[in-house]
Amino acid sequence: MELLDPAKQKRVFPDEMYEKLNGFVDDLDIDPADPRKKGNLIQVLRKGQQIFGYLPRELQEYVAVRLGIHHAEVSGVVSFYNFFTTTPKGEFTISVCMGTACYVNGADKILSQFERILGIKSGEVTEDRKFSIDSLRCVGACSLAPVVTINDKVYGRVAPQDVEKIIEDCLVQEEA
Amino acid sequence: MEKIKTYQELTETHDKVKSLLDPRILLDRYQGKKREILVCGDTGCQASDSQKIVTRLNELILANNLEDTVSAKITGCFGFCEKGPIVKVFPDDVFYTQVTPEDADAIVENHIINNRVIQRLLFVHPETNQRIVPEKEIPFYQKQKRVALRNCGLIDPDNIYEYIANDGYMALGKVLNDMQSQDVINEIKAAGLRGRGGGGFPTGLKWEGALKNESDEKFIICNADEGDPGAFMDRSIMEGDPHSVLEAMTIAGYAIQSNKGYIYIRAEYPSCIARLKKAITQGEEIGFLGDNILGSGFDFTIELKYGAGAFICGEETALIHSIEGRRGEPTTKPPFPSDSGLWGKPTCVNNVETYANVCPIINKGADWYAGIGTETSKGTKVFALAGQINNTGLVEVPMGITLQEIVYDIGGGIQDNRRFKAVQTGGPSGGCITRANLETPIDYDSLAAIGSMMGSGGMIVLSEKDCIVNIAKFYLEFTVEESCGKCTPCRVGNKRLLEILEKITQGRGTMEDIETLKTLSEIIKDTSLCGLGQTTPNPVLSTLKYFEDEYITHVRDRKCPAGVCQKLITYEIVAEKCKGCTACSRLCPVGCISGAVKEAHVIDQELCIKCGVCFDKCKFTAIIRN
Ligand SMILES: Cc1cc2nc3c(=O)[nH]c(=O)nc-3n(C[C@H](O)[C@H](O)[C@H](O)COP(=O)(O)O)c2cc1C
Ligand code: SF4
Ligand code: SF4
Ligand code: FES
Repeated sequence: MELLDPAKQKRVFPDEMYEKLNGFVDDLDIDPADPRKKGNLIQVLRKGQQIFGYLPRELQEYVAVRLGIHHAEVSGVVSFYNFFTTTPKGEFTISVCMGTACYVNGADKILSQFERILGIKSGEVTEDRKFSIDSLRCVGACSLAPVVTINDKVYGRVAPQDVEKIIEDCLVQEEA
Repeated sequence: MEKIKTYQELTETHDKVKSLLDPRILLDRYQGKKREILVCGDTGCQASDSQKIVTRLNELILANNLEDTVSAKITGCFGFCEKGPIVKVFPDDVFYTQVTPEDADAIVENHIINNRVIQRLLFVHPETNQRIVPEKEIPFYQKQKRVALRNCGLIDPDNIYEYIANDGYMALGKVLNDMQSQDVINEIKAAGLRGRGGGGFPTGLKWEGALKNESDEKFIICNADEGDPGAFMDRSIMEGDPHSVLEAMTIAGYAIQSNKGYIYIRAEYPSCIARLKKAITQGEEIGFLGDNILGSGFDFTIELKYGAGAFICGEETALIHSIEGRRGEPTTKPPFPSDSGLWGKPTCVNNVETYANVCPIINKGADWYAGIGTETSKGTKVFALAGQINNTGLVEVPMGITLQEIVYDIGGGIQDNRRFKAVQTGGPSGGCITRANLETPIDYDSLAAIGSMMGSGGMIVLSEKDCIVNIAKFYLEFTVEESCGKCTPCRVGNKRLLEILEKITQGRGTMEDIETLKTLSEIIKDTSLCGLGQTTPNPVLSTLKYFEDEYITHVRDRKCPAGVCQKLITYEIVAEKCKGCTACSRLCPVGCISGAVKEAHVIDQELCIKCGVCFDKCKFTAIIRN
């Protein structure tokens, strides 16, 4: 498959986002004829998700064309790995650790408490796109179980009755 | 950073920087004037603001013009995460626990300036109630032996010279200068090193296989996917001592004659990734990575590859497919990666902790290493202790130590003096070890003999508060989510197992279900394609073997003895005992407890989510669980 000119592709996001991704791909210096070029795919998708927040179909196609890989292969990879998401996340991504150490310390109760207060299920985002909830497996801070991470911040030894306060903290942070 | 171009230059640098660690190693024999404050910068302690502690310490050092007499820096995990953040002062050898950023002021003012140890930050011995000053007198450390973790909590991981000061890169120098590939392999074989990623395969043999395979290209891979949830040994090693992994990979490259290494690391470990990146750049700048390393003519480079949240990618063939940019589905072995791995070339995949043992073996000799451990399991093993144990954290012990010693002597026993129930090792592939087997020595073969496994090092301690059926269900949920779906026994069979476990925990199980669990588990084990499906029924089989009674109670009496399974329990307030203190109603996260002050409270059963907060908090034991 030939490398299409990325400039001619359908764009649904602001241009500067594509420029960032293009810059990243350019730096990888991929030889279109290299049979091993696919080894860069996961890295490019990670970057894409970092820039765009998620990987909708349009973006997957964009990446496929940009790397000269079949779209079916790109979507096969996106659907295989838990890290990749095809739906947008909230401004605050709440990740409740459901690793073993956290689970035996009651992480399931923390998760359902977040779900109840925000009125969404794990894997969903609130209507105003402020919060989304996910569960993940072990961030490696098991001595602080149960652990919740919100964006980059780690909350340790969380109790069900702390959840409301944590959500309020996010809202205060947003106003500040 | 000045390039080190020969072995000679390396030994000169080593001699020059060796004294860097004097205050930390010599302790009371240290003659110099300089003091050092080391703060744990591992992910766990960072979550408790340890970075702020260092920042504050440095501000105070500057403000008090103390730069010439004291410095403060980050180091890797001390292991005692339960009491983190940990701060150590050298050469005084004072071990402070649960330090906050505000305590930095006291440390500088009282300890550094006025030479007074801060009593309230010392560890309190749980039995004698005495405050303990040096690390070595804390029971947690007494039975440990640090080989893989030798630099964690000792050096600044971002400073390559501190790594060199503790014999870093000396093993690489020795290998490149004095040894042939086969010599290196012989040494590793003689040491008896076995893979720490779970399988326990002899590392030297694996390398030998890859060396014998002629090829224009070969690859070295470090498996840093650390999929077992509740385990963080590999992360701590890479965060606290990244160069030890890079150096060992380079040695492995020389041993099998490969020039390219990959580290496959989980996306969930951002600070670890940053550390490794920095270490690789330093290695390249100084000349330990790249072309013609130390003038030997040997070239080696290392690149990071990222996982994307799939447990199965820890399996080596799946991992290789993932690096190739494909779906991480495993393939049958043979061919083994050492015959046909990445891009079809001979490839050696080893675990992080396996690599962390390589340099000490080269430096101190195979005999020294083989002197630690048991007949068939040499050396040490790092475990991540978690669950209902007093001292959660990272421990490194000689193989052959008993579980009793780990749980009670090192781990300090079970939280709140509850009864020990079991330890789960080997994560979703493993099994449990019960009270009856507490005296079993920890080594590959003894653990396998009692239906558990060494695993990669996760050790989850369970107490009477944990429901064993619920634990089995937890692992099966994990498995069902993580099965790659390629083969039917694993994809469908595990799902059936989970459905049955759900039935049982909801009080809808039958005695027949228990039999089905057993037969189905055996079928899945026998017919699945890869190591995931072949082992994931283990938690079910092992809990059934030791705790069948508890399954039966769920089925026959519709009761959960541990009081965990939500469908099988209710919380009620005994009106006669309730003092109306309102403690429960204030804490109830759903606000379903009502009642006026000093009057008996009631729980609205419709709304109650059975979180147990009220039960734990009532001081008058007025709340009962049925
Ligand atoms: C389902 C599954 C998951 C695995 N996960 C890991 C892992 O997270 N880390 C690891 O080092 N090895 C893991 N392994 C083992 C690897 O396949 C491989 O044996 C190991 O990386 C070899 O290194 P070692 O000999 O140094 O242990 C896993 C195996 C299976 C079957
Ligand atoms: S056993 Fe499970 S994980 Fe392994 S190949 Fe089969 S479906 Fe995939
Ligand atoms: S168990 Fe939890 S939800 Fe139920 S009454 Fe007690 S505190 Fe409230
Ligand atoms: S299990 Fe939650 S941080 Fe490890």
